Amino acid sequence: MADLTQFREQTRTWLQQNCPPEMREPVRSEDDIYWGGRDARFASEAQRVWFEACRDKGYTVPAWPKEYGGAGLSPPEAKVLREEMARIGARPPLSSFGIWMLGPALLHFGTEGQKQRFLREIARGEVRWCQGYSEPGSGSDLVSLQTSGEDRGDHWLVNGQKVWTSYADKCDWIFCLVRTDRENKYRGITFMLFDMTTPGVSTKPIKLISGSSPFCETFFDDVKVPKSYGEDIPAQVGEVNRGWDVAKYLLGHEREMISGADSSERTAGIGAAMKRVAEGGGGSLDPLLRAELAQFDVDALAYACMGEKFLDEVKVGKAHPAQPNMMKYAGTELNKRRHELMMAVGGSRALEWDSEETAGGKPARDWLRTKANSIEGGTSEIMLNVVAKRILDLPGG
Amino acid sequence: MPLYHTDDQQMLHDTVAPFMAEEGGIARQLRHWRDRDCPDGFGHALWRQFAEMGFTGILVAEEDGGLGMGHVEAGILLEEVGRNLTPSPFLATSVLVASALRHGSDDVRGRWLPGLLSGETVYSAAIDEGPKHRPERIACRAERSGNGFRLTGQKDFVLHGASADMIVVAARTSGEDGETDGITLFAVPRDANGMQHQPVRLVDSSVATHTRFDGVELDGDAVIGEVDGGRVVLDAMLRAGRVGAAAEGVGVARGAMDMTVGYLKQRKQFGRFIGEFQALQHRAAHLYAEVEIARAAVMKAAQLLDAGAEQADLMTSVAKAKVAKAARLAVQEGVQMHGGIGMTDEYDIGFYMKRDRALAEFLGDEHYHAGRVAALSGY
Repeated sequence: MADLTQFREQTRTWLQQNCPPEMREPVRSEDDIYWGGRDARFASEAQRVWFEACRDKGYTVPAWPKEYGGAGLSPPEAKVLREEMARIGARPPLSSFGIWMLGPALLHFGTEGQKQRFLREIARGEVRWCQGYSEPGSGSDLVSLQTSGEDRGDHWLVNGQKVWTSYADKCDWIFCLVRTDRENKYRGITFMLFDMTTPGVSTKPIKLISGSSPFCETFFDDVKVPKSYGEDIPAQVGEVNRGWDVAKYLLGHEREMISGADSSERTAGIGAAMKRVAEGGGGSLDPLLRAELAQFDVDALAYACMGEKFLDEVKVGKAHPAQPNMMKYAGTELNKRRHELMMAVGGSRALEWDSEETAGGKPARDWLRTKANSIEGGTSEIMLNVVAKRILDLPGG
Repeated sequence: MPLYHTDDQQMLHDTVAPFMAEEGGIARQLRHWRDRDCPDGFGHALWRQFAEMGFTGILVAEEDGGLGMGHVEAGILLEEVGRNLTPSPFLATSVLVASALRHGSDDVRGRWLPGLLSGETVYSAAIDEGPKHRPERIACRAERSGNGFRLTGQKDFVLHGASADMIVVAARTSGEDGETDGITLFAVPRDANGMQHQPVRLVDSSVATHTRFDGVELDGDAVIGEVDGGRVVLDAMLRAGRVGAAAEGVGVARGAMDMTVGYLKQRKQFGRFIGEFQALQHRAAHLYAEVEIARAAVMKAAQLLDAGAEQADLMTSVAKAKVAKAARLAVQEGVQMHGGIGMTDEYDIGFYMKRDRALAEFLGDEHYHAGRVAALSGY
């Protein structure tokens, strides 16, 4: 404990010295998020300073081992860092699907060669990754995916289509589920890594009800994926035809991420802020709305405790392996409720679609965007199925 | 501090859970005493067993002869009390009153703690005035009289008041009804002249009293804490009691949920287990989420309380409100999913519904505590 107290003090001092004041402001737009990658540009000098300080300290991925670009922090130390960053409202220095998704898969399933190359690139923000899972015919029933990889000796010939690929048009590489054996449903999928500039890869953005989105359709037309990127760097993670194991492992991480268990913004009460909004508009909180906000805050603050408990348990392997499904269900349903209430408090002002006062319709667009929370990464209905079967052990169906 | 049980706490749980399942089970305690129309509403033998294991003094400091543990540990015990619906004076005696006695002088502690530790006595607390929990307004008055006080007024929802050897009473010694200051806490012994109990059996088979104080003469040494400064003691008592009631509520919720999920795996209709129907699976899974979240909130509130943290008060209300909602869902789904037999007295699930109702009301229901969360958050 004494060591942790010391670590907290050191962390506090380091953050004081290295996190510019601008980087302690809440994230207001997409520009405020730094994603890294080959074509990355910093939106501000402060963003660059903050990212580089963290990169050099290993704080873009604090819990990863030092040899792969992390800081090698123990779970309690990582928690201290997270708490101290939250305390001053520090923005994440680097956001990426490489950190959240591919990294954990490589740490668990990757070869040493893959870790040395890909993890370091991710930690240093050099390569931006996207995820190729869903297909037009394979949503909730993901394992039915049809994008195919034909064995052509030294390479795979990949054909097919992915959908809901976040930022596919801005990413450098993709980790992608490809069917490499048509005879075997679960053991016929390979988890492949390839460059998005490979000939035959094309993307097309998808417009959502919220007006815009990071999502794309991604097409593969005779894409030649080399089987190896060098010594001990195969193109697939895990064994050929065993990519479903990797995918399932990662779905846990994705659900954990979408659950918002780790997000201070998503686990706080909103009542006090909503009162200010109502009074700022010259009115006051309707008593019934106040009551609903209070009930919401009870649920949100209780969920924050669950998030803390869940993350603490994950670190020491105490959490039920299907618990991320419960977290994802509860967290996303809560977030939808949060935005319904924010729209109700905002009134007609919150309906504005492109006014300057609403920063281009942010309340309405954010509200609509949350409706995808309980669909993406496994629908609420699928989450409930999994909890019923794997945690409550309910029969058949 | 990580938000799960330490090894020591896990060991405590591993001792308590089988003991309570064996000794505190529904047939052996709740149904037994209910069917005999027991005037106490609980069994004294089990209370003495609690004492032998040290549980009655779980929150009492070690230098006073107790276990010197915290609210997380008390919560572990209470969760099992809840799960087994065990009628017990534990919450009132060992949580509420014990928390008040921490603020008492050496004389006060010396007088009341030995009986608590040995299991010879049970205590209660008289807080509410009227059918809803409103501790902000206390009208019961204690006027100065000689070296002591004269207590006048009425209290309601005093758990097993007529069986209690001593009742901690919150009364006004100065100021007006709604004021924060001017409250004093008194330890009123069973034989005090002018104290009258009207016992009433409640829906969950427990017994509470409406208790009248008609000029009850009290010595100065009946005071717990400071005269006119009792709000501090009352607040400490309320925080402890609320977290404790919430922990017991988690046990009620989990007991009802486990019983119901078990039933879904065993009852067949249309040639299938009813647990195969997705309509029921989704409701059961939703219930699981709510109960898990409520349990995390209670554990957090207990940890904060043990750490003396500032947010403990807010989290206590969050936990009490969240448990009330989750347990309510658990017992309602429990009865509904059991179908017809869920409505019978022969089957235990109905007991969970009754216990939840009484426990949620005790020390403030979900509406009271959601309102408190709003007020403490500044809206």
